[in-house]
Amino acid sequence: MSPLLFLLLAALTVASALTVVVHQNPVHSACALVLTLCLLAVFFLGLDAQLVALLQVIVYAGAIVVLFLFVIMLLNLQVEARAMAGTPLVGTAAVGGVALAVLIVTALRRAAPPAGRGVPAGFGETAALARQLFTVYLVPFELTSLLLLVAIVRAVALAKKPS
Amino acid sequence: MTPPLAWYLGLSAVLFAIGVLGVLIRRNVIVIFMAIELMLNAVNLSFVALARSLGSMDGQVIVFFVMTVAAAEAAVGLAIILSMFRNRETTNVDELATLRW
Repeated sequence: MSPLLFLLLAALTVASALTVVVHQNPVHSACALVLTLCLLAVFFLGLDAQLVALLQVIVYAGAIVVLFLFVIMLLNLQVEARAMAGTPLVGTAAVGGVALAVLIVTALRRAAPPAGRGVPAGFGETAALARQLFTVYLVPFELTSLLLLVAIVRAVALAKKPS
Repeated sequence: MTPPLAWYLGLSAVLFAIGVLGVLIRRNVIVIFMAIELMLNAVNLSFVALARSLGSMDGQVIVFFVMTVAAAEAAVGLAIILSMFRNRETTNVDELATLRW
């Protein structure tokens, strides 16, 4: 990825992320979130993370945001009259948000960058990722399946109409 | 020529700050949820960028786990919002303040 392309995509990503946060209509927020997630997938592609980029589009943009849209439609949410908090709080939060960004960026600038080790052969390929996932991270991997099962059961139990 | 690691980390920091901002200023629970997803994704970006820079696959594996947790969180959280809406007919956090001290 060339630096110029990076800057262009970064500007687009920040713009769509801001749209998610400030747009009055939740449906438009969700659509902007899809755009943000797809742009991040492009960054992942540029960073040799092909499988992660694919999963980002399928799982995040495809499944999670559709779940959001589904709930928004189910609740029939309209454009809100008071989507934002009161003006003093918004001002304070905006100043705080900018301060947080400046803080993180300065902290990162001061920290010594990790020594680049170069990219080994086969980096980012599905085989390399799967090898890590099913050897070193086997126990956490199995635990996530348990987590998903528990989440499904709990979500169904919560969303069910009280009988 | 590829962009340096610092650019990716800077973008990640900005996205994270936008997410924090969203949680602070928005009053709709669903939009607050979306802002949380935004923060999770900002962290994912820095994980992937550092994985590339260190030549190690571990960062990408962690991104899988983050995605799984995000999916579980979205499922349970949206179910909670649904049942809350059924009882109170609102998704505005200012009106859902029963537990606030």
